[in-house]
Amino acid sequence: MSDDGLPEEAAVTCTGLRYSFGRATAVDGLDLTVGAGEVFGLLGPNGAGKTTAIRCMTTLLPVPSGMVRVFGHDVAKDRMRVRRLLGYVPQQLSADSSLTGRENVSLFARVFDVPRRERAGRVAQALEAVGLAEAADRMAGTYSGGMVRRLELAQALVSAPRLLILDEPTIGLDPIARTGVWEHIMAVRAASGMTVLVTTHYMDEADQYCDRVALMHLGRVRAVGTPRRLTDDLRARLGADASPTLEDVFRDVAGSGLDGADHKGGEFRDVRRTRNTASRVG
Amino acid sequence: MSAAPATPPPASADGAGEQDRLGLLLVPPRHRPAWRLIPARVAAMCVVELQKLRHDRTELYTRAIQPALWLIIFGETFTRINVIPTGGIPYRDYLAPGIIAQSTMFIAIFYGIQIIWERDSGVLTKLLVTPTPRAALVTGKAFAAGVKAIVQAVVVVVIAALLGVSMSWNPLHLAGVIAAVLLGSAFFSCLSVTIAGIVRTRDRLMGIGQAITMPLFFASNALYPTTSMPDWLRVISAINPLSYEVDALRGLLLGVPSHLTLDFAVLVGAAALGITAASALLGRLAR
Ligand SMILES: Nc1ncnc2c1ncn2[C@@H]1O[C@H](COP(=O)(O)OP(=O)(O)OP(=O)(O)O)[C@@H](O)[C@H]1O
Ligand SMILES: [Mg+2]
Repeated sequence: MSDDGLPEEAAVTCTGLRYSFGRATAVDGLDLTVGAGEVFGLLGPNGAGKTTAIRCMTTLLPVPSGMVRVFGHDVAKDRMRVRRLLGYVPQQLSADSSLTGRENVSLFARVFDVPRRERAGRVAQALEAVGLAEAADRMAGTYSGGMVRRLELAQALVSAPRLLILDEPTIGLDPIARTGVWEHIMAVRAASGMTVLVTTHYMDEADQYCDRVALMHLGRVRAVGTPRRLTDDLRARLGADASPTLEDVFRDVAGSGLDGADHKGGEFRDVRRTRNTASRVG
Repeated sequence: MSAAPATPPPASADGAGEQDRLGLLLVPPRHRPAWRLIPARVAAMCVVELQKLRHDRTELYTRAIQPALWLIIFGETFTRINVIPTGGIPYRDYLAPGIIAQSTMFIAIFYGIQIIWERDSGVLTKLLVTPTPRAALVTGKAFAAGVKAIVQAVVVVVIAALLGVSMSWNPLHLAGVIAAVLLGSAFFSCLSVTIAGIVRTRDRLMGIGQAITMPLFFASNALYPTTSMPDWLRVISAINPLSYEVDALRGLLLGVPSHLTLDFAVLVGAAALGITAASALLGRLAR
């Protein structure tokens, strides 16, 4: 990776991606490149369009306008091939509470066509990789929030994805559980070299773990670069004696009424959805 | 061949421990040929259903109550009153296949609710991001509903046998019973997934499910032969797949005259139609 962080081969490229729910435009001309092997953070206020953009990349939503490619494959045309490259952990907690941890992971081994002889071993390694080997045969409904998140990570990792997409993997977790999730992600990533695309509202996490971040607001990327570079740029604007953090960059981007529109993040609907996510287990 | 990496890929000295521990997670599984995809997904969904049944059997017991009541109260009473023309067999016997079909239909119709729950809880969303074509996912879910229905059918058969209904235990006939129940519940579960795709919320689906199950049941030959129906009802019964399922079950279990070829043709056609419609609407659920 070069110094300003631009990678050689792209894991994800979005050009002019647009998506609307009825009259509400959620993603509004998104241009984004995630390099292979990066840990890339997609940041932005509630309602910025991060989840919608991710759902377009994961083939969950169609791509009505613009182009999305995953490792060169057109997401709109080559769905099956794209899905084989993906591991996905959605924003809401999504393990099946009426199955054990092992059964949850095993299902994903099956639907990713892991041959039978290899299945048990692979499932065990995935559970081991997220520190759930001990709890594997308990019902997922009895897991804590942090354990559910790690279980979902195991589900995503069992197929050895080249691109791991995590939508707010640490939402609603205590600081120790958050570190736990991140350490498991980074360990697997170090061994496998997979690309990680992650969204988070915790600027300290983004700063610590992401090679590059993009700040989204009102459906579009407003700033992109290494955390270091973004803070440096803001410092250059504020004057030499300021020492802005990534959070200040976030406030700078999200607080500005871009395109004349008011800051519309944090609407009731957005906040409620986030809180639902935080409270639901399994 | 895809299982070959029993030896982990070469690792740098410091990463060796990690590589060992994560060896299998570094190699993506090989693709299955397309023609094996659907059977493999069907198997995966059925396994999940069986695992759930193993963990929680209460549903199995509570679901046995209604059919038992139908057979004991309704069946015994009408056997005594003896007003329904059954073609010479006791009404209790005549009713048993109808109750098998009815109780498995109920399970299948409410399977759509489980799908909506899976949507709300994100389980379905994640499955849609796996290399599983919509049609394979729906077929898998349809047969998984069938697994539940077959378990229910076994329970009702046991209750009926305890009540003294004389049934055929010919393995070939029983295999036919399983096939009919499987196809019937594939259709009804897909019907409910289709409705789920249209109405999209659990409450609405509950309402519609409740509104259609009884009419489907009464407008069929499950309780009485179509010959005793008014003409308009007979027309509805003739387009109701439940009637064909009941007819097949009666023929197979009781050995009474039936139209097995027609019955199975209709059931296969209905299941195929249901799977097509449900796959087309599944995407709407994810949105
Ligand atoms: N299913 C939906 N129907 C209608 N509008 C939606 C739907 N999903 C999202 N939106 C709207 O689209 C916009 C973008 O939402 P999105 O979930 O992509 O934001 P986000 O950046 O992921 O926010 P958060 O940080 O809260 O998760 C919001 O205004 C939201 O209200
Ligand atoms: Mg989101």
